[in-house]
Amino acid sequence: MQVTADRLTVTEKAAVADGVVALTLERGDGSRLPDWEPGAHVDVTLASGATRQYSLCGDRWDAHRYRIAVLREADGRGGSAYVHDALHVGDQVILGGPRNDFPMVPAARYVFVAGGIGITPLLPMVVQAALVGADWELLYGGRRRTSMAFLDELAPHGGRVRTVPEDEAGLLPLDEVLHPARTDTVVYCCGPAPLLAAVERTVAATGWEPHRLRTERFTAAEPPPPVRDEPFELELARTGARVSVPPRLSVLDAARRAGATTLSSCEKGICGTCETTVLDGVPDHRDSILADHERAAGDVIFPCVSRAASDRLVLDL
Amino acid sequence: MTTTAPAPVTDPPGEADPFSPEILADPLPFQAALRDAGPVTYLTRYALYGMGRYAEVHAALVDWQRFCSGAGVGLANFRREKPWRPPSLLLEADPPHHDAPRRVLAPILGPRALRRLRDRWFAAAEAHIDALLADGGPGPVEVDAMADLAESFPLRVFPDAVGIAREGREHLLPYGDHLFNAFGPANELVARGAPYVADHAAWVNAQCTREALADDGFGAEIWAAADRGDITPEQAPLVVRSLLSAGVDTTVHGLGAVLRALATHPEAWAALRARPDRARVAFDEAVRWESPVQTFFRTAEVDVPIGDVVVPEGAKILMFLGAANRDPRHWSEPDRFDLTRDPSGHVGFGMGLHQCVGQHVARLEAAALLTALAARVERIEPTAAPTRHLNNTMRAFASQPMRLHRAR
Repeated sequence: MQVTADRLTVTEKAAVADGVVALTLERGDGSRLPDWEPGAHVDVTLASGATRQYSLCGDRWDAHRYRIAVLREADGRGGSAYVHDALHVGDQVILGGPRNDFPMVPAARYVFVAGGIGITPLLPMVVQAALVGADWELLYGGRRRTSMAFLDELAPHGGRVRTVPEDEAGLLPLDEVLHPARTDTVVYCCGPAPLLAAVERTVAATGWEPHRLRTERFTAAEPPPPVRDEPFELELARTGARVSVPPRLSVLDAARRAGATTLSSCEKGICGTCETTVLDGVPDHRDSILADHERAAGDVIFPCVSRAASDRLVLDL
Repeated sequence: MTTTAPAPVTDPPGEADPFSPEILADPLPFQAALRDAGPVTYLTRYALYGMGRYAEVHAALVDWQRFCSGAGVGLANFRREKPWRPPSLLLEADPPHHDAPRRVLAPILGPRALRRLRDRWFAAAEAHIDALLADGGPGPVEVDAMADLAESFPLRVFPDAVGIAREGREHLLPYGDHLFNAFGPANELVARGAPYVADHAAWVNAQCTREALADDGFGAEIWAAADRGDITPEQAPLVVRSLLSAGVDTTVHGLGAVLRALATHPEAWAALRARPDRARVAFDEAVRWESPVQTFFRTAEVDVPIGDVVVPEGAKILMFLGAANRDPRHWSEPDRFDLTRDPSGHVGFGMGLHQCVGQHVARLEAAALLTALAARVERIEPTAAPTRHLNNTMRAFASQPMRLHRAR
């Protein structure tokens, strides 16, 4: 596995609940990781070639460490089993993003509803709500108390957190936190599909304004093309120059070596300065800018961090 | 070619006043001395720390955890002093409060959103230059590159893109000028603007309401974000205000810089005429070379060791973006405006979380103006020395007399 996109080293691996491990990821050289906000996820590409998305659940004030938590999924596509069984401290993974499809909006009051591993994006939101002095409550359900991650970190928040292990207390009492509809509150929900459906039904029936419910689904989108571990050919359409892009060389640097002048700025896939039109080939997007549908269109690339999933990539340079 | 004359600096950099008229008029010798004095220098005059080397300035700009903006990005420390206006939700805020306004504004001003403006702005630039050349009769045309190009073109396209009223736009430049002065000490420049700023601010604030804005501009998109709950209705006018505060004077002086560079480097002008697609690079190289926004302050959130110095928690740190952009430790021949250089990575737009959210707008304005000019003007000839406009934050020109020779 030899690609340039950001490589992170697993520096800690700890069981945080039955079937859940938390990983701490850092850069080998100790440099800063890209900034993120609560609700953000990263793409993590494992040595098996599989790419999975995980919510960041650490401390954004620590610029040097990411934390993710992974549930072993019996019927998953193998990524979670690999993380649990084969990924060890000292191993490397490849990072894409972070991106945020579940951002926290300003509000006087928040209701957080977590089901199982869905606690991960909500954990930094809880920290942030407490920090800004918002009113908030968290309703957190799981199968059993021992399967619910991060209860220890939530404990200091006292009565704002209501934990509901299903084997002790049954299903989440959604009505109690979602009645009546309020105009000073935003509801954040993450968890399994039946929980999301139940929250959506309750919110609609209760008469909440639609934008006051924000959800994140853990259903996998179309798996992205596998990450290449071989060189690919970069062609600059305006000059016809061709250059091979080996692992560990960015497309931006390869284009510069081939004579292109491509303005860039942050070189982290954030600012958007180096946006370039893709004329042929399949981009392997690693930026923090494009939404999923924009990625799927495959017509632009941020060559400072993104690469090719195809043998050949033709750019309008 | 404009170079740094090795002019003598009378005071050691730690004792100089970086906001004195002399240093504002020619900051380069002071900045060189500051860089050479070390990665960070205590500036006794204002009891703060100054940084001028590229590596340390870049590192500090991205380190929002230790170098915060919420206590103000000027000399005033908002933890102890009342700001002269309600603080910006973008420039003068830290995470988490900074998150939502930035997240809303970034895509509105992003390259993908600006595609719909590209043709319109290129056409506007062509019309602008055509009119300017038509005024002059058959021979070369005498212009003031500031009034006739750098100021008038952005004022022609940008306020329309935001969607503000036509009436009263003359408030925009003096409002921004005062805002950028007010980041510095309460010197003569601030005193000069102070009697008028309430009028300018009242007009600017009045443009930021939902009712005042056209329904298809950046301003309306900001209000639409409030309707979606992505920011609050109280935040929306302040986010619109950021466009009007930070989006006008900065672009004007960025364009002033690139016009100065191209007028004084005929080989670069010829190269740009041959390859007009290099207009964006020319603009960024000029932003590096001239650094229209010279400085911003941060406040140490904790004790921060830099080299042999510990900047104590609560201290103000003055980041000299202009000095970093000419640091020979990072750039080769930094005093040279060089169209063949790759200026990527300059800190003229800042860096990190607070990096200029409007940088793509500025580049598009520059690309439109330079492309239209390059197609129509063979030679730009400076006809008199330019006049500097002093500002506590910006490096600016008041006027740049030039003669434009038409392309045949």
